[in-house]
Amino acid sequence: MNLSRIKDIKIIALSIVGFAIIQLLLTENIIGSFWELNIILIGINIIMSVSLNLINGYTGQFSLGHAGFMAVGAYVSAILTVKFQMPFLVGLIGGAAGAGTLGFLIGLPTLRLQGDYLAIATLGLGEIIRICILNISYVGGASGFMGIPRYTNFAWTFFIVLFSIFFIKNFVNSSHGRACIAIRENEIAAEAMGVDTTKYKVMAFTIGAAFAGVAGGLFAHYFYIAHPASFTFMASFNYLTMVVMGGLGSITGSIVGAVILTFISAALASWPEFRMIIYSLALILLMFYRPQGLFGNIELTDLKIFKRFKGGRK
Amino acid sequence: MSLLKAEGVSKLFGGLKAVSNFDMYVNKGELVGLIGPNGAGKTTAFNLLTGVYQPTTGTIDFDDKSLLAMKPYQITQRGIARTFQNIRLFSELSVLDNVKIAYHFHVQYGLFESVFRVGRYFKEEAEIEAKAIEFLKIFKLDDKKDEIAKNLPYGAQRRLEIARALAAQPKLLLLDEPAAGMNPQETQELMTMIRWIREEFGLTILLIEHDMSLVMGICERIYVLEYGSIIASGVPADIKNNPEVIRAYLGSEVE
Amino acid sequence: MDFSSFSEQLIQQLINGVSLGSIYALIALGYTMVYGIIKLINFAHGDIYMVGAYIGFFATSMLHLPVLPALIISMVVTGLLGMLIERLAYRPLRHAPKVSVLITAIGVSLFLEYTSMFFVSPQPRTFPNVMESVTYHMGPFVVNSQQILILVITTILMVILTYIVQKTKIGKAMRAVSFDTETAQLMGIDANRVISITFGIGSALAAAGGVLVGVYYNSIDPLMGIMPGLKAFIAAVLGGIGIIPGAMAGGVILGVIESLVSGFLSSTFRDAAAFAILILVLLFKPSGLFGKNTREKV
Repeated sequence: MNLSRIKDIKIIALSIVGFAIIQLLLTENIIGSFWELNIILIGINIIMSVSLNLINGYTGQFSLGHAGFMAVGAYVSAILTVKFQMPFLVGLIGGAAGAGTLGFLIGLPTLRLQGDYLAIATLGLGEIIRICILNISYVGGASGFMGIPRYTNFAWTFFIVLFSIFFIKNFVNSSHGRACIAIRENEIAAEAMGVDTTKYKVMAFTIGAAFAGVAGGLFAHYFYIAHPASFTFMASFNYLTMVVMGGLGSITGSIVGAVILTFISAALASWPEFRMIIYSLALILLMFYRPQGLFGNIELTDLKIFKRFKGGRK
Repeated sequence: MSLLKAEGVSKLFGGLKAVSNFDMYVNKGELVGLIGPNGAGKTTAFNLLTGVYQPTTGTIDFDDKSLLAMKPYQITQRGIARTFQNIRLFSELSVLDNVKIAYHFHVQYGLFESVFRVGRYFKEEAEIEAKAIEFLKIFKLDDKKDEIAKNLPYGAQRRLEIARALAAQPKLLLLDEPAAGMNPQETQELMTMIRWIREEFGLTILLIEHDMSLVMGICERIYVLEYGSIIASGVPADIKNNPEVIRAYLGSEVE
Repeated sequence: MDFSSFSEQLIQQLINGVSLGSIYALIALGYTMVYGIIKLINFAHGDIYMVGAYIGFFATSMLHLPVLPALIISMVVTGLLGMLIERLAYRPLRHAPKVSVLITAIGVSLFLEYTSMFFVSPQPRTFPNVMESVTYHMGPFVVNSQQILILVITTILMVILTYIVQKTKIGKAMRAVSFDTETAQLMGIDANRVISITFGIGSALAAAGGVLVGVYYNSIDPLMGIMPGLKAFIAAVLGGIGIIPGAMAGGVILGVIESLVSGFLSSTFRDAAAFAILILVLLFKPSGLFGKNTREKV
């Protein structure tokens, strides 16, 4: 069997052990409901940051509208489960399809833009999505979509996170992913090497949006409600911060970024008046001392220690 | 039979004629040079041939099919690969990955196969890796395959760019000032290498230079461009003695 | 609605739109000048405007100053704050990747918002009545004294800014640095000083906008800068980012469009209209109404 497949299986096995331990602690109530909430939030944020990293970090297309796609996923999945009594899985897939479709439709015209212009256009589109939802009374308008059943639990979150990470990891390590990375490195050269740059930019954007949609579905079905205020551009900034903190172009980084930021946020919850001040200072200091993020573009599995730990095979 | 044929090609930028009434052909297997003083429109001509710009008027045919309205990546997939005057590598990627990207459009496996790592994924990835390393060996870069491209010395970056273009398996290779920034000895080595890759891969090559000596040394036929128009064409010996060419070059040097 | 009442309402909305737009323009100038010179979308700029409003609030309510001295104090203090932020937060990152600087700007923005909240409480404050509100009826149209104040102050500030940029030595240096920082430095221009002054001027203009908004709407709060900040950025893009007359025109146009949308459609779509304009401009003329198109050289 191929070595990289063996490595994958090892990681999956290790993750399942981790899952079993946390699940046990949850059922035995050793981890209380406050931390359970935050563990699920960490999972949702990991999906958001890893999928945003595909767009911003790997393909180099600066998007600031990721929360908009999350909103679409949240609302579409809630419509499916609440208004049409569909099973949760159908709701999640529907949310992904809705957000992905919108990502495709938005990406096609806007991905011609570059750098700051794209950033500001995606920010605007994210806000337009939110304002449109705000004005649709079918989904509750400004007061939010209420009465969503709580289907999301640790097991759903965990396995969807695992799936998302492997999906995106495998994508970036394929020829398709290399095409995206080539666009980030030098768009003109990528085009000259036969890469259909529009196609791959839109593909990365669509995949990223679809996963944001899944995260939105999990979010809405955990908090009983989907509210437009959860999906402002400040939320998009927050996901971007996780990606940049971990390192653009590192999946490990995005995971760590999501974990750290969610954790800081939760740990400071008892001091609400200082929480955002400390958070903002931490952000500024991080950019001063480590502008390339904690991991740069390195993966945990690239590190020598990790290889030795795994038996040092190559 | 001509592989590439441009007829009456003009390109206007605003009111400025960058290239006007440009006629040229390149036969299969030939090594042709396009020379001219700085600012004569050589790179614009290249950009027209590779679809970066669309001509205002005129036709461009490659392999008996029109290249008009095609995007650069489509032209590359048709069989024209190029290098750039100001090297454009994927600078943060490894040397190996730079070459692997050139195989991109030959890859058969789809999105599903890559994401779930089934079907042709592993087999094709292994093939790509093997082929890429083979190319790096030819260009004496295989020992540097894991180095980051931007850390290579200048000459090696130029070689890598040519290796990457060849890995796309083109019929026609366009080299934009391959000797720019090289010293005479490096230029000499480059000439030997260009000759050799043409023999080895049965390639047709069109190259831009403003350095006459390199072009005179290896090209079989030469076009001379000045102010966007072809002022002379022919074998090196004729070009050398062409009064128009001498005037164009000396004129520009006297200034 | 018959025609005469329609045209009356149209003109009334135009008057409101120009007042609102003038404030956008004041904020947009800071965005555009900073972007023009260091290519940074300074997301903290909207919060600078908020700080300006608060300084104006304290100057009028606690020091009992009339509106003009309060405006000037606010502009000076906020201008210095802008320079301080540039010195502490942005200058150390002058050569860092763009996205790090952007994240820092977001950090500064959050810092200003929540530090202000800590000191002045999250509750909105009512701006004191610093000037008598007189309503002038010109035929069927209504203009109040606050709107006249906004227009007069904005016009004066823009004339001063245009003079500074076009005629003074520092203005020439600003244009030189924004055109080509390296060459400007080779010519003996101290780029850091020029950038610092640009931040100062931009912040002072935003502060003026903040005070005027306080006078106009009477209510200020620590998060008041977020939306106007974004709108002002849209205005800057609309006019052509980096172009000073563009920001002025963009601000006024955006204000007018927003007033028309809230007057004739619904105020809930006001923000969506602004963003829709942004997208349309970016797609069809990304260089803005006053900009020239450029493309990367191959």
